[in-house]
Amino acid sequence: MLQLFNFFLKNKSLILFLFLLNISIALSINFHDYHKTKFSRSISNATGSVHNVISKIRNYFNLRLENNILLEENNRLKELEFNFETNNTRLKSNKSKYILQPAKIIKNSYSLPKNFLIIDKGNKDLLSEDLGIITSNGIVGIIDRTTTKYSRVISILNTKSKINAKLKKSNHFGTLEWDGKTSNIVQLHDIQDLVELKIGDSIVTSGFSSTFPENIPIGKIKSYSLNETKDLYIINVELFNDMTNLRHVHVVRNNDYMQIENLINE
Amino acid sequence: MNNLITTNIIRFTGLMALQILIFNQLNFLDFLNPFVYVLFIILLPISLNKTSLIFISFLTGFFIDLFLDTGGVHAAATVSIGYLRPIALKFSFGAAYEYQSIKINDSERYQRLSYFTLMIMIHHFILFSLIYFSLKKINLIIFHTILAGLFSLIISILLYTLFKEKND
Repeated sequence: MLQLFNFFLKNKSLILFLFLLNISIALSINFHDYHKTKFSRSISNATGSVHNVISKIRNYFNLRLENNILLEENNRLKELEFNFETNNTRLKSNKSKYILQPAKIIKNSYSLPKNFLIIDKGNKDLLSEDLGIITSNGIVGIIDRTTTKYSRVISILNTKSKINAKLKKSNHFGTLEWDGKTSNIVQLHDIQDLVELKIGDSIVTSGFSSTFPENIPIGKIKSYSLNETKDLYIINVELFNDMTNLRHVHVVRNNDYMQIENLINE
Repeated sequence: MNNLITTNIIRFTGLMALQILIFNQLNFLDFLNPFVYVLFIILLPISLNKTSLIFISFLTGFFIDLFLDTGGVHAAATVSIGYLRPIALKFSFGAAYEYQSIKINDSERYQRLSYFTLMIMIHHFILFSLIYFSLKKINLIIFHTILAGLFSLIISILLYTLFKEKND
């Protein structure tokens, strides 16, 4: 017994090291499997407020650019309104399928293979998991965790993120993934090799997943190649969104979400 | 002793603030972020016993992980360099370390450089291995280790020289 005790005492730094290393590697593995990351949920509010302060300071440097983006967006919406005046009554009805909610990004990252964003809306703004995040230019990601004041978003620049997308022209759909290399190019997989592709074609959301509405722009085809088995395309998609400079986003809530999910789960 | 603790607490707070508020927002060339908080572990007093060294290293990394939302990758990297620090010290400073007589401030420039490089490169290699977590991406891991490592090294040395006088 004494020998055992002595052994521990002699090697206490090695044992402590291995113990702490184990803890941290376990945490890292959980981080790679993001469905399991429930751990830092309680702390997220504290770190969230720090990120909030940083983002408030940074906001001042982007005001001019931000104003221009808002102006352009307003412009586009006004144009839509003037050109589709007949639809006005329909828009005012309460039965609209999607509800948009503005939010601000307080932490953005795009240099890691698994990137997450944090937005300044959470449970108290009725946000929940699996809601989509978009900007006026395209999609950003999907909420995977919420606290009372903040939510974490899996960016499309996350190697674990999988989003349904289709070719705007021909409606062929595939899965949008990221290979972790460049922050403005993502890959569209699983498109049949029979489909005719042209560089510059638009890629939009498919509307199958009930997270995003149909036809939200994502990007355009930059290049494409066949996969190893030579029957499916791997398409490099250049994003319309500048993921490195995001500020104001919209959360999309689908009113029929629960019904669709229940159907799938049955 | 008291003075030593105050210095280290100030250094810890300062480096954490720099790391979280400035260096993580940098994204140089869209992917490079230096990790200067390693400097805190590098500069911990040499007389510190091994157990507390490992424990402090772990807490440093864990703290960074909380803010960067990265699970435990930083903690794993820092706890490893905390454990390996005596070896790095022996390698860089040779026999002088054995007698615990050296101070990092008084040491020769090249010895110091080799110590800094060793610690930062080991840290970055473990960090990026855990971030990418796949043998297939070994070239990406090495690429990031070297580039980010050099970046961190340059900034750490600049910060060290800038605040050296005030610290002793």
